Amino acid sequence: MLRTIGKRLALLVPTLFGLSLLLFLWVRSLPGGPATALLGDKATPEAVAQVNRLYGFDKPFIEQYLTYMGKLLTGDFGVSLRTGRPVLDEFATRFPATLELTAIALVFAVGLGIPLGYWAAKHVGRWQDQFSVFLSLGGVVIPVFFLAFILKWIFAIRLGWFPTDGRQNPRINATHVTDYYVLDGFLTQEWDAAWDAFMHLVLPGIALGTIPLAIIVRITRASVLEVVNADYVRTARAKGISATLIRNRFVLRNAMLPVTTTIGLQLGLLISGAVLTETVFAFNGIGRFLRDAIFYLDYPVLQGFIIFIAVIYSLINLLVDVSYNLIDPRVRVQ
Amino acid sequence: MTMDGLNTTGPRRPRRRFAALTATLAIGALALSACAESQRGDDAAAEGDVDSTFIFAASADPASLDPAFASDGESFRVSRQIFEGLVGVEAGTPDPEPLLAESWEQSDDGLSYTFQLKDGVTFHDDTSFNAEAVCANFDRWYNWEGVQQASSVSYYYNSLFKGFADSPENAVYESCAVDDELTATVNLREPFAGFIAALSLPAFAMQSPTALEEYDADGVSGTPEAPVLSSYATEHPVGTGPFEFVSWENGQQIELTAYEDYWGEQGQVQDIIFRVIDDPTTRRQSLEAGDIDGYDLVAPADTASLADKGFNIMARDPFTILYLGFNQEIEELADIKVRQAFAHAIDKDALIAQTLPEGTKPALQFIPDSVNGYNDDVTEYEYDPEKAKDLLAEAGYEDGFEIDFNYPTGVSRPYMPTPEQVFSNISAQLEEVGITVNPQPNKWSPDYLDRIQGGPDHGIHLLGWTGDYNDTDNFVGVHFGTPKEDFGFENQELFDKLAEARGIPDVDEQTPLYEEINADIVDFLPVLPLAHPAPSLGFSPRVESYPVSPVNDEVFNQIVLSE
Repeated sequence: MLRTIGKRLALLVPTLFGLSLLLFLWVRSLPGGPATALLGDKATPEAVAQVNRLYGFDKPFIEQYLTYMGKLLTGDFGVSLRTGRPVLDEFATRFPATLELTAIALVFAVGLGIPLGYWAAKHVGRWQDQFSVFLSLGGVVIPVFFLAFILKWIFAIRLGWFPTDGRQNPRINATHVTDYYVLDGFLTQEWDAAWDAFMHLVLPGIALGTIPLAIIVRITRASVLEVVNADYVRTARAKGISATLIRNRFVLRNAMLPVTTTIGLQLGLLISGAVLTETVFAFNGIGRFLRDAIFYLDYPVLQGFIIFIAVIYSLINLLVDVSYNLIDPRVRVQ
Repeated sequence: MTMDGLNTTGPRRPRRRFAALTATLAIGALALSACAESQRGDDAAAEGDVDSTFIFAASADPASLDPAFASDGESFRVSRQIFEGLVGVEAGTPDPEPLLAESWEQSDDGLSYTFQLKDGVTFHDDTSFNAEAVCANFDRWYNWEGVQQASSVSYYYNSLFKGFADSPENAVYESCAVDDELTATVNLREPFAGFIAALSLPAFAMQSPTALEEYDADGVSGTPEAPVLSSYATEHPVGTGPFEFVSWENGQQIELTAYEDYWGEQGQVQDIIFRVIDDPTTRRQSLEAGDIDGYDLVAPADTASLADKGFNIMARDPFTILYLGFNQEIEELADIKVRQAFAHAIDKDALIAQTLPEGTKPALQFIPDSVNGYNDDVTEYEYDPEKAKDLLAEAGYEDGFEIDFNYPTGVSRPYMPTPEQVFSNISAQLEEVGITVNPQPNKWSPDYLDRIQGGPDHGIHLLGWTGDYNDTDNFVGVHFGTPKEDFGFENQELFDKLAEARGIPDVDEQTPLYEEINADIVDFLPVLPLAHPAPSLGFSPRVESYPVSPVNDEVFNQIVLSE
């Protein structure tokens, strides 16, 4: 197991290397090059030359790339052109927000998705099944942006049950220890702060979690149906093993295998999906910052953030494979 | 296919467990929110029956907390709470009045200004405000070098005081002398009639010399395009204003708190939170949901509905101009008859009624009537589509012509809350007289200004201006004082007159010349002035009054709250 993990981590290095090269090429292929991205396409040749000199864009490509990689390896991701702060700092201050949001979305998607999928499988062909299929179809079809907007309009603005935007009510004087606001509330025992931070996560969490929810429902349903009809389940039933035991030991455990993979893949998508949700709820995470970076062609941020997301995505995939190993002994043998 | 085996026992228990969990969560939620409610209630009662925290939605983070290195409205909104200048602004007008200086005297040649300073004023770091502090600030600006001199970094000093210590031949400022503890004299190299009014700009606010030094305020690195500011400008701004800085969570909020030893009235607001909400719809929704107390630049379409729901809508006295720019590089537009045809083709009243906020006034000339040199007697181009058609025919365009019409998208400006609507309205009016419009939408950032100001590749365009302080040159001089790509014309006579007016040391003596210039501009028609839009602010019902100012000089210690 450890060897597998080691191998996978080692594989991450060339992957990221390739990605960084592609990104680097991409930024330099923007019309007119990065100097134009910075100054606009009406910039005078003198200004372009000055910027090229300042940033070293006039040096040979290989030299530029090696300098960039050298800095990257020492944790220097450059400075955001828009805010003038180090990319790493910008990322660090916003990442907890997005992670918190992603966690809630995942809890929502998994917590509701697995029972719903199971419920549908159990009542296959009946209204419960159709209801679940309809629900999951809706989840995939409705754009995240639109859903976020509708949820906000109904539950925050019309009904006033939830806050409209942000991570915390500024009127609550919360102490921040870790920058994970809900956790901070628990750590400092400021219960109202924890609750307030949680309430801020509910609507964006649901909006963000809906697509994964829909997918998890369908995968769980299909997977449970498959396992239920498997020979070993029939045999177990024939042997008179109790229904609860069959459900827990045989059906759920085996059916969870494809679901785990799906959850892992969805987690990566959640982080990128946060761009839209965070925009609607003015949520100060990496999603909204990435959107601004695209808007302002803030390419040090774009380069840095995409590499971060790639690392996270790769690590999640690794985690999925590890959990696969733990759930299914057959994978281990192979 | 059946699942009988599963059906017999399993399902009930989990459902019940789920219900129990939901109930627990719900009860917990209620209990917690009730407890949060009561805590807030107690706090409010203790501080004189009003919630003394005022939450205002900003549309972006400030660019810098050091106003000397800022030129954007969001930076100035925050810095006006923290800093004060020698000169302030008379409430509700754009006119200068004493603030940290109690009075001043101008020498006969207009080159020296002696300021008598207010006594007993301290900076937030307990440094005394005195003549030495005044000179320290002037000398700081004058001695900037390198990146600090870039107009993207020190825009206002650059554009108003022209030169620095390393290029004294261009500089307006010469020196500053400490006459005694509370008297300072500023010497200029050339007369500058707008000097006092310019000092009311937040960029020239007084900052604590000790803090400037301690946090290396001038330590700006990076490049002119992407300057990296010092920790003073991001974490330690120190002024004499009613509020002092607490924290800035980038992209989220800025918090200020009342300065205990403030020399003036503290007012009801004890804590200010500027929440960063960049989407206009989200700002409105936050106000409706009670999450914020107010925001700026309410969309015209929202003012009536917000007012109906009991929110307070307040309009600033217009200190703006919205215009249709003509690029005379384009053959048709170089003909004055064509420009006059445009002027007669547009029904300004209809445009205002349909696209601009309440309180907007139609514009007959380029400056609002509160600015020196406003001329009551300029040529008026009344709305007359037939006359427009005649003029086009006289210019040789009986069948009209087609022209590019540039307008910005993705932006809301004080002079133009909804550019797309203004564009469609004007386009329809132009089509009436036979001018076919070829829409050229450009994203405001980063494209629009580059397109209009960076080259000749544009047709007619929409743009505007918000005055910084009460100075005619700040409107007409900025726009028509030199050849500009925006308008693509050479009119040496006009350029000369504007240069002459700027050099007259006394504002009253400037008046007749500016009146003449304003009439000339209307006759020459480099742009068609459309309207002086009134920017609106929206507030929660608990905001009884807010110090609306045409030049945005709105300090929150003057806010009156009812609950």
